[in-house]
Amino acid sequence: MRGLALVAALVLALVLVYQLGERPEETPPPAPASAESAERGHYLVRAANCVSCHTARGGEPYAGGRAIATPFGTLYSSNLTPDPETGIGRWSADDLWRALHEGKSRDGDLLYPAFPYPHYTRMRRADADAMFAYLRTLRPVRNANRPHEMRFPYDKRPLLAGWRALYFDQGSFKEDPGRSRQWNRGAYLVEVLGHCSACHGEHGGPMPMQSWYAPSLAPARESGLGAWEVGEIVELLKTGVAPRGAVFGPMAEVVRDSLQHLTTEDLTAMAVYLKSRQGDGNPDAGGATVSDPQRAQMMKEGAAIYRDRCAGCHQENGEGVPRAYPPLAGNRAILMRNPVNAIRITLNGGFPPSTQGNPRPFGMPPFAHQLSDREVAAVVTYIRGAWGNAGAAVSPAEVASGRGVPLD
Amino acid sequence: MKRLLAIVLLAGAAQAQPIPDTLEQRLLACAACHGKHGEGLEANEYYPRIAGKPAGYLYNQLVNFRERRRESSPSMSFMVAYLSDAYLREIAEHYAALPPAYPPPARRPTAEVLARGETLMTKGDPVRKIPPCTACHGEALTGMQPAIPGLVGLDAQYIAAQMGAWRNRLRRAQEPDCMASIAGLLGPGDVAAVSAWLASRPASLHAAPLPAGSLKLPMDCGGV
Repeated sequence: MRGLALVAALVLALVLVYQLGERPEETPPPAPASAESAERGHYLVRAANCVSCHTARGGEPYAGGRAIATPFGTLYSSNLTPDPETGIGRWSADDLWRALHEGKSRDGDLLYPAFPYPHYTRMRRADADAMFAYLRTLRPVRNANRPHEMRFPYDKRPLLAGWRALYFDQGSFKEDPGRSRQWNRGAYLVEVLGHCSACHGEHGGPMPMQSWYAPSLAPARESGLGAWEVGEIVELLKTGVAPRGAVFGPMAEVVRDSLQHLTTEDLTAMAVYLKSRQGDGNPDAGGATVSDPQRAQMMKEGAAIYRDRCAGCHQENGEGVPRAYPPLAGNRAILMRNPVNAIRITLNGGFPPSTQGNPRPFGMPPFAHQLSDREVAAVVTYIRGAWGNAGAAVSPAEVASGRGVPLD
Repeated sequence: MKRLLAIVLLAGAAQAQPIPDTLEQRLLACAACHGKHGEGLEANEYYPRIAGKPAGYLYNQLVNFRERRRESSPSMSFMVAYLSDAYLREIAEHYAALPPAYPPPARRPTAEVLARGETLMTKGDPVRKIPPCTACHGEALTGMQPAIPGLVGLDAQYIAAQMGAWRNRLRRAQEPDCMASIAGLLGPGDVAAVSAWLASRPASLHAAPLPAGSLKLPMDCGGV
């Protein structure tokens, strides 16, 4: 869907690219850098989670080079350390501001929106300057930026003007005077710095090239947090585990690199904001690809597998063990119409992140080598249908397509 | 944060824990492949014993998996992706301190193992949707023109290594990558059985691939 939109945008771009002048903008002069602003900048850089994308596996933090697979080719993140040749050593605070606010590189190139400038554009100038002050304090690492490997025509950066005309709304953060300071702080952290909706769209959606599903955070939908207490949401974001759930996969990375470093006050503001958002009351219906008699048979087989393999940790009644083994009864993360996360975690297991609040997480074993597609389908159907859960059955074919996916 | 921790502790105390709070319990995820005591899976090719190996070695491997220096197991890399150095060190020391349950020295494959290999090769396993190898590689396992190789005469270790490479997406082919799919369906001990039986077969001097089109393949293969 996004792919189609991009293609349409690129076609439009051919028409628009020469007509659209990007309006120049008055920018206030940067505040002078100080140790204090660098320290504040460190906090903001963490809230914006720069490090996850700007660090290669096994590479120096912030030195770039991480491959970001997209449906249009592979992007490589850039070096944010102050090395003059390969990093941002020659950048000024204005240059960083232009990247964050306008989505343009120092040399004027339009940036690919994998860099979340559609969110960062509304960042406050003082925050961008503090982030710049912090980045200047990093040890310079010599690591040349690797050229992107985008397919034609996506490798033609000027065409991004078309995408920008449709989807990029350069702007600033406007506080809602009708809301509390806390709510506005939460909105700024969630929508601007944290760029949560870069993955968690209003309606939820699969993460490109990752075989994970990022649920909607609208309160009444999918993993919506409307029914969670503020304290439970804060605990999940701070430690990676909470009585009602745990984070896995890409969200484990976000908690490890970003959210666990935020103050309880800020996380509370995020939770308050997330709970307040409007969403239509349509939890997840249907999606069944399995007939009723088949489903009944799978529930029976799944119950036996569950008793044998799962109940030791998640308990017979599906209530789990708080903060060790997430409850499955009533756990909306496994009830979403798109079952890829439940299938994937059953096949591949995994650990929530090590955090200051939960340094030694309990793990989930992989079952890919022990259970057949049919058995995995049966047990996932069972956990989606037992204890009052009302998730649709999953088919062996859905499990089969979950094997052999890239795990990264 | 202190208040949060206090709430966590209180909540924990109020509820009877149905599980022991031990490292062993935390590491049941590892036990699924390496055994509860790090003994490895018996008669399995890809899940080695880790008990009793030096802690520094185990720690280095865990870090190398996490940092993708060691890329031989995406599954291991994912397992440890978000774990800290300190936790990985503790895990390494835990397994290093366990007695190394050495398996008995390798013997010739038993008749049972060979029979299991023969069944998989010639009949497959319909329950697990594993087609017999002979369905594509031919009754005599000599392959078929123009793109299916013969298997007779291949060394057991070579077969096992290829299967491992397919499972871990290190060896890839045009999609649909049918050998990767099949390798992903094989369970513990299957690869050892198949490769042992295969290596026990005499290769005929006239082992030429079948003519193109002589077999109706049970699945779509991008490379064929």
